Amino acid sequence: MSVSDTEKKPMQKSPSDIPAVKVQDVSITYRTTFERVPTFKSALVRFGRGERAVREVKAVQNVSFDVNHGTTIGIIGANGAGKSTLMRAVAGILPPTSGRIEVHGRVSTLLSLGVGFNAALSGKENVVLGGLAAGLSRKEIEARYEEIAEFAELGDFMEMPMRTYSSGMFSRLAFSVAVHMDPDILLIDEALSAGDASFKTKAAAKMSELVTNSRTMFLVSHAMSSVRELCNDCIWLHKGKLMMRGEPNEVIQAYTKFLQVGEAEAVSLEDL
Amino acid sequence: MNATSVDEEFNPSVHVYEPHKVGLPALRPYFKALWQRREFAAEMSRTNIRAANTNTFFGQVWLVLNPLLLAAVYYLLVDIIAGGGSKIDAGERFAHMCGGLFAFYYFSGAMTAGAASVVGGGKLLMNQSFPRMLLPLSAVRTAFFRFLPTLGVYLVIHLVMRQPLRWPMLLAPAFLIMLTIFAAGMGMIFAALQVYFRDTTSFLPYFVRIWLYLSPVLWFAEQAPPKFKGFIQYNPLYSLIGGWADLLVRGDIPKWQMWAGAGFWAILAFVIGSLFFMSREREFVVRL
Repeated sequence: MSVSDTEKKPMQKSPSDIPAVKVQDVSITYRTTFERVPTFKSALVRFGRGERAVREVKAVQNVSFDVNHGTTIGIIGANGAGKSTLMRAVAGILPPTSGRIEVHGRVSTLLSLGVGFNAALSGKENVVLGGLAAGLSRKEIEARYEEIAEFAELGDFMEMPMRTYSSGMFSRLAFSVAVHMDPDILLIDEALSAGDASFKTKAAAKMSELVTNSRTMFLVSHAMSSVRELCNDCIWLHKGKLMMRGEPNEVIQAYTKFLQVGEAEAVSLEDL
Repeated sequence: MNATSVDEEFNPSVHVYEPHKVGLPALRPYFKALWQRREFAAEMSRTNIRAANTNTFFGQVWLVLNPLLLAAVYYLLVDIIAGGGSKIDAGERFAHMCGGLFAFYYFSGAMTAGAASVVGGGKLLMNQSFPRMLLPLSAVRTAFFRFLPTLGVYLVIHLVMRQPLRWPMLLAPAFLIMLTIFAAGMGMIFAALQVYFRDTTSFLPYFVRIWLYLSPVLWFAEQAPPKFKGFIQYNPLYSLIGGWADLLVRGDIPKWQMWAGAGFWAILAFVIGSLFFMSREREFVVRL
């Protein structure tokens, strides 16, 4: 399935008019098993009882929004709101169950559920592997490698297996890789919580630099202060539904109020 | 549950993700993306070879030690304990057993590693979008390069057993290539199965063991027990390893049926394996 020519042409004429990410009525339903680890025995037992193993989890429901180039959009919401699922869908890792996602630009991800690193390999080898998996050529990676290593401030640890890293070092490298891949669209999931104070400042500075260079950024965070500082747009998700979109301050205010008031009343408020 | 991404080469910056009806992704862009990232598969297998055995005392020497120990174990089992074999062709029998065993262990190693690659690559799968087929293919590549020193070991055994070197031996790699394609196909089938049934990991070694005894590894193809003779040609490894051993050990060029059988099984396994894998791979992320 490819984009037809009519869809491509307007983008080439005026790339700035096209939103960087278009999410159109997207729903994502996981079908996941009851058991933590699916086994043959449990499948047989279920088959005998005539049960289905799958349980549907509606992680994202009918969410639509556009994000323009150069926007830094914060995504907030309680745990299990579907924030990470939505990020994975935008990155192309998780396909939507219905709806359509259009992404204009190269995406680089920094997702919270573990970075795609192999602990037996050195930091350097992991950087090369990650870059190749992302579709960069060896030359492009070599060109970026110095910057990545320097930014992560790991020194000799770059040549050591990653199982010797502390968790802070791990996330410093992950962050450094994500921001140096020259992405058009950067997806960051809870990344600022990692690293020591000085690296946090550095990371925040790097992110504002990316923002001023009119990169598009998605920031999933529970730290309202960083959403306030960095973002100029904000989305609030709750149980897979889009609750509100707008100015970060307004959305955060509504969200914090919602957390205090409790769900039932807030829903009724929304209905008014 | 399914989506497709627009051809990256023609349109490097636009991706569209949407559900689509049939299980398979668009094949041309899929294989184009696969080819584009072949360097990733190669690099992953290279680093894995380097990382493997770094903790052991012998390190890469294990690539030679493994086949030697394997040959010793089966020598003990077949020639000493079972007391098999007349004294006349003992050298040929031993060379044949080694040639067959090495090929079989290469096959089973490639298949098992391919099968484990998807479940083992969990975090990479969760954080990057790339054609998942790279994982089993990379595992097969690793197995292939780890197998190469074994060929040298075989050659030494061949000479020590006073077997003559013959020109047809040079054709043996053709069967090795077909065996590799077959292993890649089987690896992909089991890799996809393993996502749904983790028990495959425990079940696979026994499956492999039985397959070893049913294949012309410890005995010559024409010495098949009479009970098996009727249906032994339906064992893919009969033609794949049988042809390999005929060429390598005895320098006999196999009959055309062996070539056709080997090619048929290799292509069949690869086509079915890759189609099955591709039709399932977009579900892997939610199942891991």
